[in-house]
Amino acid sequence: MKPHDETLLLDTPFAAGVRRACQLQDWGHWKGYATPNAYEDVEQEYFALRNAAGVFDLSPMTKYRIGGPDAGAFLNRLLTRDVGKIGPGRVGYCVWCDDAGMVLDDGTLFHLSEGDYRLCAQERCLDWLHWSALGFDVDIQDETAAVAALAVQGPTSCAALRALGLDGMQDLKPFALRSFAFDGGELLASRTGFTGDLGYELWTAPDHAQALWDALFKAGRDYLIRPIGMAALDLARIEAGFIQAGEDFVPADQVLRPGRGRSPFELGLDWLVDFGKGPFTGRSALLRERQRGSRFRFVKLDVQGDKPAADSFILNKSGKVVGHVTSAAWCPSAKRNLALASLQMPWGRPDDALYAEIYYSRELHWTRLKARCKVIEGPLWDPPRRRQTPAPDF
Amino acid sequence: MTEAAYDAIVIGAGHNGLTCAGYLARSGCKVLVLEANDHPGGLAATWEFAEGFRVSAAHLLHILNPQVAKDLALELHGLKCAAADLRTVALDGAGGQVAIYGGKVEGVDAADAVAYAEFHRQTQRFTKVLAGFCARTPPRLAERGWGDNLALARLGWDLRSLGKADMRELLRIAAINIYDVANDRFENPLLKAAIGLDAVLGSHMGPRSPNSVYGYLHRHLNDGLGGGGPRVVQGGMGALGEAFATAAEAAGAEIRYGCRVVRIDLQDGRVAGVTLADGNGFTANLVLSNANLKTTFLDLVGPANLDAGFVRRVHNFRAQGVTAKLHLALDGLPEFRGLASTDAGARLLLTPSMDDIELAFNHAKYGECSPSPIMEVSIPTLHDPALAPVGKHVLSAVVQYAPHRLRGGWEASRAAFLQTCVDRLETFAPGIGGMVLASELLAPPDLEKQFNLRGGHWHHGEIALDQALFMRPVPGAHRYATPVSGLYLCGASAHPGGGLSGLAGRNAALQAIREQEAK
Ligand SMILES: Cc1cc2nc3c(=O)[nH]c(=O)nc-3n(C[C@H](O)[C@H](O)[C@H](O)COP(=O)(O)OP(=O)(O)OC[C@H]3O[C@@H](n4cnc5c(N)ncnc54)[C@H](O)[C@@H]3O)c2cc1C
Repeated sequence: MKPHDETLLLDTPFAAGVRRACQLQDWGHWKGYATPNAYEDVEQEYFALRNAAGVFDLSPMTKYRIGGPDAGAFLNRLLTRDVGKIGPGRVGYCVWCDDAGMVLDDGTLFHLSEGDYRLCAQERCLDWLHWSALGFDVDIQDETAAVAALAVQGPTSCAALRALGLDGMQDLKPFALRSFAFDGGELLASRTGFTGDLGYELWTAPDHAQALWDALFKAGRDYLIRPIGMAALDLARIEAGFIQAGEDFVPADQVLRPGRGRSPFELGLDWLVDFGKGPFTGRSALLRERQRGSRFRFVKLDVQGDKPAADSFILNKSGKVVGHVTSAAWCPSAKRNLALASLQMPWGRPDDALYAEIYYSRELHWTRLKARCKVIEGPLWDPPRRRQTPAPDF
Repeated sequence: MTEAAYDAIVIGAGHNGLTCAGYLARSGCKVLVLEANDHPGGLAATWEFAEGFRVSAAHLLHILNPQVAKDLALELHGLKCAAADLRTVALDGAGGQVAIYGGKVEGVDAADAVAYAEFHRQTQRFTKVLAGFCARTPPRLAERGWGDNLALARLGWDLRSLGKADMRELLRIAAINIYDVANDRFENPLLKAAIGLDAVLGSHMGPRSPNSVYGYLHRHLNDGLGGGGPRVVQGGMGALGEAFATAAEAAGAEIRYGCRVVRIDLQDGRVAGVTLADGNGFTANLVLSNANLKTTFLDLVGPANLDAGFVRRVHNFRAQGVTAKLHLALDGLPEFRGLASTDAGARLLLTPSMDDIELAFNHAKYGECSPSPIMEVSIPTLHDPALAPVGKHVLSAVVQYAPHRLRGGWEASRAAFLQTCVDRLETFAPGIGGMVLASELLAPPDLEKQFNLRGGHWHHGEIALDQALFMRPVPGAHRYATPVSGLYLCGASAHPGGGLSGLAGRNAALQAIREQEAK
């Protein structure tokens, strides 16, 4: 692999397989790595995720290894949730904030073994981790390039992985971890993902990446496994109602204009904030917000019609702008036209009459549409298999 | 064990802590001051450094705030001056001298004399505005309330009242360096050296460092209030510390010595009290820290209890001292080349030129001591003979540059640097080396240890513009209140910085009283 000073975009450890499979040559980039937007056809890839199994090369994801005597205490001060409740062998979704209680990023924390953690993040934040480490005895390593990762998501994912030889995979509970021997090395599997469905993520050293790719597609052939690109994944995550840094909120350290950041409450992530666990960065600001009230509410909207409400203004009954859409898509499996939106308080209550102002073009003929929106409570896509253990076979 | 509750606890009986305690007690608070050392005053201290010879850490009083002195009735409580309105005499070591006194300068040509008189008048006008601002809590710039707007308007008004030409000049020079300003106006190198030294004394700066002009204005803060030259306190600066302590006690504050605070106790993110080194504790909902910024937050509160961004700002606060204190017990009175015998008791500045200061500073940039240090010297025994045995003298010198984080460490270099200082003195006062009966050099780490002053910095932290006024010491703690509810800063780390003025202590107390009343 070429280093960054020789090439603008890096290859992931799966590059040989990925390049062979990427028929469309539709490349995007993700944190400095070349990554396919689509391999063959976005729709087919999306339906693989929902009806079979899709494989997504996750390697560019920012990953930090955090250890040392104070690792747990350090993470508890960094993250808004109680890290003590994420036992060894477990994974937790989490966010972290700046002093003003504005979200810097969201990610997943892997408690690999007692006191040994991996933090997966969307953004690079090594400097923030180091600043947060003042006064703690911790060791922080950026292991982004040292860990190759694949997400295997969809109803046949468990069966495909068992065919790969990962025995007992069906017994892995959601947000649990398990280590397997593979290719003369270690393969870590977690029942996690970004699709809101049954799915797993596989983590291994780059040396085993090629072998893993080849073996997985061979074992998964009967389970209609196929590689999927960023576009299909994005559709699935919107359908599942998951937020994405840089899309649904601006990471607080990238915000230039005052007031453009968002707190966890303003992103609908109240459940991730634990005031009872002791001090953490942003706690005082978030407590103040709890007392004074938030500025925004993050909602899922069921938008009338089938035109995606991307970038739309949200209006109230009298036509006043009360917010905007951050992500939107027609969701094929949920069969709904979904929009994720940030609304000014107090808008976004269950019975509020809201409208999305949608502009769309048919053969360069532009039409403006005022589509009625309904606030959706609870998840839109939540198949029972997502939580079932043992995972259903196929 | 936790003792009876107080309304307020002040950590440290430095002159600012005592000022703060005095104001709080006058407002009806039950105040306890906890001091690690066994004397009041912090650096306003006097001790016997050799048998029969007494010396002070801070040695000259020049920016004591008149309002503080009046409110606390310091004179009533024992403050006496052995000398006031000292002349400042700059010496070049080759027989040249320039004397500055009351806005006039001697030893320069007519053009420089006129230019200096004008410079002095302008300094008075500038420092009058600055002194007003230094006696108030800086306004918030982001989340402003009407009080902040009022304070800003007041600052704006004060600036406007300077008139167009002055205002323009102040804005022009405030952020630039004293080297350029002095060269613009004067010819005489010794006069320029005196002005340059005033600008950088106590700071990790040379005359050419950006915003060294601000350091000059800070040192001359009282010029705009009609203050004269520096004063020498009868009995040594420790007597000033005692006067502050007596004043605080008279107002009703209780002071306990030998009580080192090792932890500021929190409950649900707000202050609950303090714990001492011996394990005893005191509860209070209001704690005001005279300890410096880093001690207060990194040592006493602890980073784990603070937001990471705030810890980063505290960590980045520049607070490495570069100033050492030299004390010599002398067998007789030294004779400085070019110094009139009537000026022997003056404030002496030893450096021939601004370039000499800048060259001395260069070494500090790289973690070295200056091989040719610059000095501010006083011989207090000329005004207060009781500080030494009959016929003998004490020389007290502030010496630069002596970086806190010295390459190779101070243990290996203290003796050598002391000798460097004596050698340098020898060039200004031939024969002085032979008069030395005893000596003491307090490098920044020694000051740190003796006065519980992390970094050993004169101002508890640099007063460059990025760490001054609205920004002192760091955003988030620039109005005495801190991110920890109920915890205030009341020492030199806070606005307006160091020097024996009492302003930080007074402003902090008034701000805390206002905020408690508003609750
Ligand atoms: C070498 C040198 C020479 C100087 N000369 C002059 C001069 O001539 N004129 C002048 O005006 N200024 C001078 N200064 C500057 C001036 O002395 C300081 O800026 C001033 O003393 C600051 O006052 P303060 O009350 O804020 O803090 P300090 O004087 O530092 O007092 C702080 C007090 O808090 C106590 N403390 C700290 N931590 C704890 C704890 N954990 N528990 C209990 N107590 C604690 C300390 O023991 C100390 O008594 C000089 C400074 C230096 C370094």
